[in-house]
Amino acid sequence: MSAPRPALETAAMVRAGEVSAVDVLEHHLAVIEAGEESIHAFNLVLADAARARAQEIDATVAAGGDPGLLAGVPVALKDNLCTRGVPTTCSSRILDGWRPPYDATVVTRLADAGAVVIGKTNMDEFAMGSSTETSAFGVTRNPHDLTRVPGGSSGGSAAAVAAGFAPLALGSDTGGSIRQPAALCGVVGMKPTYGTVSRYGLVAFASSLDQIGPFAGSVADAALLFDVIGGHDPLDSTSLHRPTPRVLSVLDDGVDGVTVGVLTEFLDGAAPDVVARVHQAADALAAAGARVEEVSVPEVALGLSAYYLIAPGEASSNLARYDGVRYGLRVDAEDTVAMNTATRSEGFGAEVKRRIMLGTYVLSAGYMDAYYNQALRVRTRIIEGFATAYARCDVLLGPTAPTTAFAIGAKVDDPLTMYLSDVCTIPSNLAGHPAVSVPFGPGADGLPVGVQLLGPALSEGTLFKVAAVVEAAAPELPAPRIPAGAAS
Amino acid sequence: MSWQMVIGLEVHCELRTATKLFCGCPNMFGDEPNTNVCPNCLGLPGSLPVLNQQAVELAMAIGTALHCEIRPSTFHRKNYFYPDQAKDYQISQYDEPLNVNGYLDLPDGFRVGIERAHMEEDTGKTTHAGTSGRIHGADYSLVDYNRSGVPLVEIVSAPDMRTADQARAYVTELRAILVASGASDGKMEEGSMRVDANVSVRRTVDDPFGTRCEIKNLNSVRSLGRAIEYEAERQIALIESGEAVVQQTRHWDEGAGRTQTLRSKEDAYDYRYFLEPDLVPLVPDPEWIRAVGDTLGMMPAERRARLVALFEGSGGATDAQRDQVTTVVDLGLDDLVVEAVAGGVGSALALARTANEAATDADAARALDPKTFVELLSLEASGSLSATQAKAVLAELFAQGGGDPAAIARDKGFEAMSEDSLAATVAQAVADHPDEWGRFLDGDDKLAGFFTGLVMKATRGQANGKAVAAELRRLRG
Repeated sequence: MSAPRPALETAAMVRAGEVSAVDVLEHHLAVIEAGEESIHAFNLVLADAARARAQEIDATVAAGGDPGLLAGVPVALKDNLCTRGVPTTCSSRILDGWRPPYDATVVTRLADAGAVVIGKTNMDEFAMGSSTETSAFGVTRNPHDLTRVPGGSSGGSAAAVAAGFAPLALGSDTGGSIRQPAALCGVVGMKPTYGTVSRYGLVAFASSLDQIGPFAGSVADAALLFDVIGGHDPLDSTSLHRPTPRVLSVLDDGVDGVTVGVLTEFLDGAAPDVVARVHQAADALAAAGARVEEVSVPEVALGLSAYYLIAPGEASSNLARYDGVRYGLRVDAEDTVAMNTATRSEGFGAEVKRRIMLGTYVLSAGYMDAYYNQALRVRTRIIEGFATAYARCDVLLGPTAPTTAFAIGAKVDDPLTMYLSDVCTIPSNLAGHPAVSVPFGPGADGLPVGVQLLGPALSEGTLFKVAAVVEAAAPELPAPRIPAGAAS
Repeated sequence: MSWQMVIGLEVHCELRTATKLFCGCPNMFGDEPNTNVCPNCLGLPGSLPVLNQQAVELAMAIGTALHCEIRPSTFHRKNYFYPDQAKDYQISQYDEPLNVNGYLDLPDGFRVGIERAHMEEDTGKTTHAGTSGRIHGADYSLVDYNRSGVPLVEIVSAPDMRTADQARAYVTELRAILVASGASDGKMEEGSMRVDANVSVRRTVDDPFGTRCEIKNLNSVRSLGRAIEYEAERQIALIESGEAVVQQTRHWDEGAGRTQTLRSKEDAYDYRYFLEPDLVPLVPDPEWIRAVGDTLGMMPAERRARLVALFEGSGGATDAQRDQVTTVVDLGLDDLVVEAVAGGVGSALALARTANEAATDADAARALDPKTFVELLSLEASGSLSATQAKAVLAELFAQGGGDPAAIARDKGFEAMSEDSLAATVAQAVADHPDEWGRFLDGDDKLAGFFTGLVMKATRGQANGKAVAAELRRLRG
């Protein structure tokens, strides 16, 4: 079956003057009005600014101009993307009252493409979490089951797309924070190759792992958004100088001659219904002409441990600047050090504090080599393991998350269990490789299952064309039914 | 007992770039606080560093001038909380610095090793309001981030120096090199150059190095020398009284003339250095390194050697002349000497006029066309102008920003005196002072100066001293 492509279709119609950006926006604002109280996908809905922007786009079209590839398409932004003059909170109290004086590069690129930013979405605090429960502003609920988490950390963005609040959203993925919530919410989510999307204006969690990527209701819409946001940015020194793959144009290329490796390590810890969906997706790819085989990359089993040393290490440094001196929360105290301490004690939540302390420890003199440097060596091993696999396969296939969405509160007090939610997504971040999660029918509990396609650096073109074939073969997923009003 | 000092110096040098190390803000001293700032140098969330190419080139220029090996390098984060540290970490080169293994030769030929010269960013500046001026007891503190992110190169010497004089000479020479390479304005008083000294003592040269202390807050070459001498005496007194030197960072109190404990090794920060993930390795290719080297002018040592060499034919430069050479090179006036000698002027005269007269208005002298300077000295050398006249013409050239020396001399009435009128003036002086003349005839040669002075006075300095002496000799017969 062919997935709807609301973003592509909306942009085409707005550019052709067949529908107004204002009408498109009002439709989405009405959906938000009806469902947001149940879902809480947003920290902030920018209704007025979006209306003004939609009017500008309509005026451009009326004057014979072309607003761009995303003309009039509402886009939700994860609340760790800087928006000029608009609060950017990272779902943390520590950024209380802060309004960035500048736009993230991706925000500028969206504006240049005619998109309408509709709001800032909820997230785990500073992107640290897998359920959006560590947000200082309350949990986001999964549109498919309001008692379940949407995944995280980009849970608000995933839920917003799943709930029809916006056809597109941006998230950030440090260890799976786009793909895992995409899987749990039944939408497409993609983490690009490290360096293909500028991090300028993305509030850092772990700089060597963070990457911004798209959420969409379909592979084609995700491809459109990736094409808009990708490309070199001189403001990000880690931005690649090589051309970013264009993906929208390759979606119909099929999988003839493509070798798909089913990654056995990812199946090991996954629930049986999730494993069954992965095999079903593999069969569909074989039926479509791909060569499918099983592949083992033993090194990926080390990913989780390495990640929980590297990411907190970088985070402990990245989050040092929230000291109450220059912006955000300040808790007054008798001297500077006391003020720093009081501010950080009150401003950060428990999970953020846990990771700052862990990260500070692993970078400390006497421990650095045993922990942080050892993790870097493991990271190299993982890259080498993937290289061996990619010598044989074009892409790897596995589950995105080991299970479907879990219940709100089920894991929040057990960090180690929570961390296991990202066991299948973390290796791509450590390697800097791209990966995409595609919804593939319901699991045994009726909730969405996501299958994940992984590829080597800059293989986005291959990933997207394989993803399109997977999407076409996916069993139907019941649409979310969101009751109006607050959930229990 | 012959105690010996062991001294190593760390010099922070602000680079004279147009913009900061990792953002496009102006690198300007003295502007209104917090006006040269942006999301990057304020450490705002989401900001990222982008390395300044000009800063890298100046850092490589320093490395070249200090005979360093210029290598592929990386940046690390040095983590510590401080209000003027916008990100609460400093981006600095750590275990893979850009420049390593160089040296600096002091004017007396003593060689000081350079362990490394690495790049890093400066912090903002905190002003503590209150009586003490320090953070303890301050009513409030103000932070100016204009300096945050200004590019620095930290030059770390080997512990090769053995006296405070050598340390002073090192900083003086390094400053001259930094200025000559275009990397720095060398203004210690504005903080463009900041020096920390590592000092230890040992009983004999054969002993291993003693425990060292690092001294901060050395704002002048004079403070540096005083602090080193104080600190060495403090350490010697400790050891001689049976105590041990404790490794510490100490603060130089210029007013009290002593060093005080800032922090001991036990409470040293754990900076948790790790590779800066927001930057990529800096790998200058050989072509780029060569191009930077090609733009480097002559360094002070080479400039001094060039002037000293001018005296080789005349039995070598005297100590006084070597001092003049140092002065001339420090002021950047050595090209005048070289041009004058090339134009046929004697090296002694060329050096003397540059060191004594041109040096009094070095800015004007640097602006002067060297050809003009050569013309003037040629007039003096040939006897067409007396020394006094030549100096007066030079002052006029400086005042006018140039001109024709011969024309200025004419305007001033500085025609060389005819031999007849000179002879008449000398004869008048002799006639007026018969007693002195008698003693001169009896062999008191000192009176030649007396008569020359009279003639000069009578001619208001326009007589040529050599011609006067010749006339006196002729009259004595």
